[in-house]
Amino acid sequence: MDFLDYIIPILYALGMMVVFMTMCAYAVLAERKICSLIQGRVGPNRAKIPIISQIPIIGNILTRLGIFHPAADGLKFLFKEEITPKHVRLTYYYLAPIIALAPALTTMVVLPFGRYIDTNGLVQPVVLADIDVGILFILAVSSLGVYGIVLAGWASNSKYPFLGSIRSTAQMISYELAMGLSILPVFLWAAAPGSDYGLSLFGVVQSQKTLWLILWQPISALIFLVAIFAETNRLPFDMAESETDLVGGFHTEYGAFKFGMFFVAEYAHIIMGSALFVLLFLGGWHFLPGISDPWPAGFFGVICSTLWFLLKIFLMIFFFIWMRWSMPRFRYDHVMHLGWKILLPLAIVNFIFYIFVIALIDKISY
Amino acid sequence: MSDLKEFSVGDIGSRSSECEPALKTEKMALNVGPSHPTTHGVLRLMMQLDGDLITECEPVLGYLHRGDEKIAENMTYNQFVPYTDRLDYLAPLANNVAYALAVEKLAKLEVPERCQAIRVICCELARISSHFLGVGVYGMDAGSWTVFMYTFTEREKLYTLFEELTGARFTTSYTRIGGVARDIPDGWLGRVNSFCKGVIPVLDQVDRMLTRNRIFMDRTVGIGSISKEKAISYGITGPNLRACGIDLDLRKDKPYLGYEKYDFEVPIGVNGDCYDRYLMRAEEIKQSVSIIRQVIGNFPEGLYYAEEAKKIFAPPKAKILTSMEELIQNFMLVTEGPQMPKGEVYFEAENPKGALGFYIVSKGGGVPYRLKIRGPSFCNLSILSELLPGHHLTDTTVILGSLDFVMGECDR
Repeated sequence: MDFLDYIIPILYALGMMVVFMTMCAYAVLAERKICSLIQGRVGPNRAKIPIISQIPIIGNILTRLGIFHPAADGLKFLFKEEITPKHVRLTYYYLAPIIALAPALTTMVVLPFGRYIDTNGLVQPVVLADIDVGILFILAVSSLGVYGIVLAGWASNSKYPFLGSIRSTAQMISYELAMGLSILPVFLWAAAPGSDYGLSLFGVVQSQKTLWLILWQPISALIFLVAIFAETNRLPFDMAESETDLVGGFHTEYGAFKFGMFFVAEYAHIIMGSALFVLLFLGGWHFLPGISDPWPAGFFGVICSTLWFLLKIFLMIFFFIWMRWSMPRFRYDHVMHLGWKILLPLAIVNFIFYIFVIALIDKISY
Repeated sequence: MSDLKEFSVGDIGSRSSECEPALKTEKMALNVGPSHPTTHGVLRLMMQLDGDLITECEPVLGYLHRGDEKIAENMTYNQFVPYTDRLDYLAPLANNVAYALAVEKLAKLEVPERCQAIRVICCELARISSHFLGVGVYGMDAGSWTVFMYTFTEREKLYTLFEELTGARFTTSYTRIGGVARDIPDGWLGRVNSFCKGVIPVLDQVDRMLTRNRIFMDRTVGIGSISKEKAISYGITGPNLRACGIDLDLRKDKPYLGYEKYDFEVPIGVNGDCYDRYLMRAEEIKQSVSIIRQVIGNFPEGLYYAEEAKKIFAPPKAKILTSMEELIQNFMLVTEGPQMPKGEVYFEAENPKGALGFYIVSKGGGVPYRLKIRGPSFCNLSILSELLPGHHLTDTTVILGSLDFVMGECDR
């Protein structure tokens, strides 16, 4: 039995990894398809794989939907010529993509994505590691991702990546503050007197059984949303790789699979950001605000709650993509201005406001 | 202790001139181009950067030099028409017309009304095509790809119209000295009209995406401002000049092709910044549409070439094959070129990018002695070394995008 105890968590982790990476791959496809929808194009619809594509009607439909494109994209990165420029600092050059991708994949460990009812009748999260400082872990680890970009810019030993990585670093540091401050009221509210959840994400979700936090703390939600856009380097904020002036930003000198890893890391960050936003503000796997969960008991209920959670994540990813294709890009100093002079004071005021409100509510109810 | 300065965070944040020397760091030389996504061609900018600010900028031209002016001296007037396609390759029809008008001015030739109307439609369609690219690429430079796709969908429809009219989508070579290559196809005007109907909704879409967008306005309002005096002294023309508040449109001021018959407005800007230049282009598209509608509404009958100019315009093919006189006329035209009087002439037309001028020196015969081209993009670019310093590196993209130049015309 000892042996199984070691094997099963590893299998769980691998299973989650597979699902997560598949989601990353299909997030890329979603981006291409949704972007073409917005721009009035058809989008990717050519890639075919043997056998499945040849099934009469279904194969055709799947090809039109571009279902096989992620495979083609991935293989393209794998089989491209591996070019390493002469002027780079080799160790860090190879290390950077790994450091960019690893934090995004690590954070999924503490991400609860469903709920089950254990033998004692208590609600428990479906999660790889149920630690009670989940949000701290996520904030700490996901901000390590910036090191990937910094190292990439520095190790490339070239000017455009250098400028890109400087911008990205400044941006990430300035938005980290607003992000951290914006979610403090959330945990202040979730860790109500009498609850023993503390900083765990599960506790936040459980506290939203009747009221989603986006309705109760809209300002926090807004600041957090802007901050995750900035953290993921997505378009209104994609200073780091603004392709029109910095060519490719920090990954200008990267090709083949090394670039592929940056690429996957970006989408992994988006999925993580979406998941976090859903957990903190959109009620996680809870059905709708004001309506109690209709999930049936037992295993089927676990599946239902997980699927509902995934659906919300997909909506968030859609929102990310939608934003990207309808917004122009900020200028670097405007980003700084927004982060330090608008979002940070707003987050502080918001925090203080909720301190008083929550203290007042506690006074009244106890 | 006297040379120590006290800093507060506010001082550093505002980059005051007093604290600036203490904050100075090493400058970085950055070479943008010749192949770079923001330069729209093969422009090279040698920059000195102080952090993210540009302190010096020197544009380096000539990567697309083909020697068009010298080539012109070695061929007949009609043979040079295809070369004018390659000047401003986003509006080849307008270049064709401008060149033909210049040579006709030398020959003191008036083309019939129908030919003029065709040419006006060509010019205005070319203007729409060029401005759509200008606005779309500008949007793309500011980070909004979707605008680019919207305007390019319209340009694709335009290219289909061009193809129907001239046989080529891109390099049209449509005009001849004394006329145009062929009459308009059946039903073409109707299709132009229905294209015009589709232009305004697309413009509205672009308008909704950009004009009042806060990010876009932050990036363009007050960026790359050109004063009236600067604009005149650098010889800037076209929408870029009008954005500075100077009312100069050759279609109004020195009317050619019967532009005086049409009722249209010339949009004038106020600040001469990137935002105004964007507004100019968007508005000019609307005016062009209105001009085209007026032309179509009152389209003249008649011939599409100057029939009496026997030494300049080749007769129709059917006549060449049946009549001796026309056969000889055609033979002379093909071997010797259209016969021009001696003289010098300068003509400039209001092209989408600005005033495209041709200076022709003729010693008689079918070949120009010297042909000088004034490319508006070249003059519009000359201000770069003064315009860019003091801006952020990211502003380069919007400034270059708003100047809307074409390197084919700069380098010739």
